[in-house]
Amino acid sequence: MKVDVVVIGGGAAGMAAALKVSEQGARVVLVERDERVGGILNQCIHNGFGLHYFREELTGPEYAERFKKALEEKDIEVLTNTFVKALDVREKKLVVVSEDGIRILETKALVYAAGARERAFGSLMVPGDRPSGIFTAGVAQRFMNVENRLPGKRALILGSGDIGLIMARRLTLEGVEVVGVVERLPYPGGLLRNVIQCLEDFGIPLFLSSTVVEVRGRERLEEVVVAKVDENFQPIPGTEKVFEVDTLILSVGLIPQIELLEDLVEVNPTSKGIATSNLGQTSIEWIFAAGNCTAIYDLVDYVTYEGEMAGKYAALYAKGERFGPKVAVKAGENVMVVQPNWYDPSEELTLYVRTRKVIEKGRLVVGSFEKTFEELVPSEMLRVKIPRRHLNGLSEIVVEVKEE
Amino acid sequence: MRIAVIGAGVFGSLIARELSKYDVDVTLIEKNLDVGMGVTKANSAIVHAGYDDPPGTVRAKFCVLGNSMYEDLSKELDFEYKKIGSLVVAFDDREVKVLMKLLRQGEENKVEGLRILEREETLAMEPNLNPAVKMSLFAPSAGITEPWMVAIAAVENAMENGAKLILGEGVVGFEKRNGRIVKVVTTRNRYEVDLVINCAGLHADEIAKMAGAEHVDLYPRKGEYILLDKKLGGHVRHVVFPVPTETSKGILVLPTVDGGILLGPTAEDLPSVMKDRPLTTREGLSKVKENAKRLFPRLDLSYVVKTFSGLRPESPRRDFYIGRSKLVGNFINVMATRSPGLTAAPAVAKYVVEEIIQGEIGVSLTRRKDFNPFRKGIVHYASLSLERWQEEIRRDPRAGKIVCFCNEVTEKEVIEAIKRGARTLDGVKFRTRAMFGRCQGNFCMPRIMKILERELGTDMSSLTLKSENSWIVDGKVRE
Ligand SMILES: Cc1cc2nc3c(=O)[nH]c(=O)nc-3n(C[C@H](O)[C@H](O)[C@H](O)COP(=O)(O)OP(=O)(O)OC[C@H]3O[C@@H](n4cnc5c(N)ncnc54)[C@H](O)[C@@H]3O)c2cc1C
Repeated sequence: MKVDVVVIGGGAAGMAAALKVSEQGARVVLVERDERVGGILNQCIHNGFGLHYFREELTGPEYAERFKKALEEKDIEVLTNTFVKALDVREKKLVVVSEDGIRILETKALVYAAGARERAFGSLMVPGDRPSGIFTAGVAQRFMNVENRLPGKRALILGSGDIGLIMARRLTLEGVEVVGVVERLPYPGGLLRNVIQCLEDFGIPLFLSSTVVEVRGRERLEEVVVAKVDENFQPIPGTEKVFEVDTLILSVGLIPQIELLEDLVEVNPTSKGIATSNLGQTSIEWIFAAGNCTAIYDLVDYVTYEGEMAGKYAALYAKGERFGPKVAVKAGENVMVVQPNWYDPSEELTLYVRTRKVIEKGRLVVGSFEKTFEELVPSEMLRVKIPRRHLNGLSEIVVEVKEE
Repeated sequence: MRIAVIGAGVFGSLIARELSKYDVDVTLIEKNLDVGMGVTKANSAIVHAGYDDPPGTVRAKFCVLGNSMYEDLSKELDFEYKKIGSLVVAFDDREVKVLMKLLRQGEENKVEGLRILEREETLAMEPNLNPAVKMSLFAPSAGITEPWMVAIAAVENAMENGAKLILGEGVVGFEKRNGRIVKVVTTRNRYEVDLVINCAGLHADEIAKMAGAEHVDLYPRKGEYILLDKKLGGHVRHVVFPVPTETSKGILVLPTVDGGILLGPTAEDLPSVMKDRPLTTREGLSKVKENAKRLFPRLDLSYVVKTFSGLRPESPRRDFYIGRSKLVGNFINVMATRSPGLTAAPAVAKYVVEEIIQGEIGVSLTRRKDFNPFRKGIVHYASLSLERWQEEIRRDPRAGKIVCFCNEVTEKEVIEAIKRGARTLDGVKFRTRAMFGRCQGNFCMPRIMKILERELGTDMSSLTLKSENSWIVDGKVRE
């Protein structure tokens, strides 16, 4: 099969990209390994999606549904249950596998939008037994929302990001007793609004500066040991508390999935995702990327914008347009994550920034651009448009946050 | 002749398979819900060369013999085995002396091809090794395998040749008449037998006591491990040991057959009440890290996939305890199966059947003419050529449906694993490597549960991770 653009991944970024490609009049095919498009949105049945993009508050599946519909209306070819087995960078070919057999897709440009995966329990090196009953939030949500099953009777949650907080409320509403949420940072990882609505309103305790130091249970989980941690996140002996629970839910971070392109393209050192320009272009010029495989975004709306951008420029690339040159964007003082990795003056620069620590009042400095923000926290991503005039003539763009 | 083999670890499984070559009635009784899930599941997975065991010990003899059988065995039973060789590395003069001792010991044990390598040659073979290395002992016959697959494959082949497998029944006693065992009593049944072979791993001493036979006291010697991601594959090429200590071969670094890197094990003696508790600890895991770093300073330890621990069935004699009981004439012990048990097991199986049963006990067994030594493994479609994979999908579309993305396992493989006896998530995992990758099943676990539910005709809430009470989901969210 010959197309102009292949999109890998049918989550928020991939769906937006595919729509944009088709809007540009280019032929696109979207490849999704799951049984349906929507990606992680399918699991998030709570509200809070679409406030920016649709100016409405939708659930995850509702947000996804709008894009699914649009894909259908535009008659965009979507291959579900289809796995990308290999990518031939030189020939611009992909080998995809499904129940229909093995197919070769020949393309002119590629949008990689493979999303992120949850950090797994095994990688946390928690000592103890290896019982059943330890799930990531994603697995627990899948059990509840897709399979109509409860993950257990009494649960503890590790990680107080928005996902962890929302899981606490969801489980409680479904009749699972949630005995607490454990967070290693001295402050909650998620939005204050969620701390109030998901924990305080239900009387669920939040244990800050704490972590899980042991899991016990020969068969099913029986006990989880939690201890306080010091500034370096090392457990403090003598502060252990034992919780009798049969379920431990993990919400300890997402990792950009870069597998297929790993070792081929440059990686953004701050996000560990695929490095892109503000057009979504990677270090291989015909390959574009967007969404959580480039950096972990706070809001799906942002992912949609970036997906659209990558789709638009992939289509233009397929039509023969070329872009650049690009200017490197680097993280400076107090900046933990900055996306994109390069600035291409073909479009205005939209920056996504996470600070390294809590900053009460901080001045974002980018070229000659300055703007002051209050209450900057690492868990909340800044999205800032930098007008072109502030970046003229720079050979490198350093993004800094100065404490005031 | 009715023979009961107790315990389906690598020893029991290979013994059952060896027996299935003859015209006898073999019943393998295992208390777990699957085979190979005891000591055999969690170890270093090394087919040792045999220079480490003191000459004259039972384990030295069977290690070298067993090693020489692995190549053929892996072909007959179609499990992964890679003869990648091992290096023991010395960093100072004292350690070099130990290498020399190992070399002499190995030569005495008749280990083939042992060689001392100078620093340069060592580093050429293992480029990421700590450059402070002085010398090494190279053993070309050392290899790596997938230990649980040895047991699973052996049992499949034994069953193909008529052996019976009983899962989920623990042996709790024996009925005896005139000093001989006539029945094996399990948690559910009684089996009439003429001969019993005790291969109960960590619990073999308890079984022997139940039978009134000789035993040595067993206690667990724990070893903790860290498994690193395939991304680092290639960083380590051989099984790399430090020089051994009094208690163990030390904390080593080696590639796994599917391209990951394994670090460990520690060695910690525990009381016998801890036989079923392979716990990991903070101290243990830090020790593993420190020691691995000493061997491979550039190893990126942030790529941890998982940590686990295994328990060696150790005895004060520090050697295998294998033989016919003098007190109970139809009872054979295969006990204290410490390291290098995995390596020794094929040779021990042959020894038990040929020299103990047929020789010492004098049972005359007739070989079956229709014995089929070959077992085919589950095909990993993603490893086939695209043409062959295409054909397979045409024949059965499920061979084109990938369920585990990390390790590229298809629905067809999962179904095949279930056909071959997988009843738990671990049963599927250890047979297909689904859920074994870097995401540890976070994508595919619910999907695999759906397949298990459908294929077994059961409800999701009755599925377990590994044992009867390791349930996964509870009730329904709403009816
Ligand atoms: C940390 C560690 C590292 C090792 N590294 C290596 C290595 O690299 N190379 C090597 O060659 N060897 C190694 N070994 C040794 C090797 O793993 C063992 O020798 C071997 O797996 C023992 O097999 P087994 O069949 O005796 O025991 P098991 O695998 O434990 O099998 C015994 C079976 O008996 C069953 N059972 C117990 N009680 C009953 C009962 N009452 N009724 C019914 N069934 C029962 C158990 O459930 C179990 O499945 C290592 C061991 C450990 C722990």
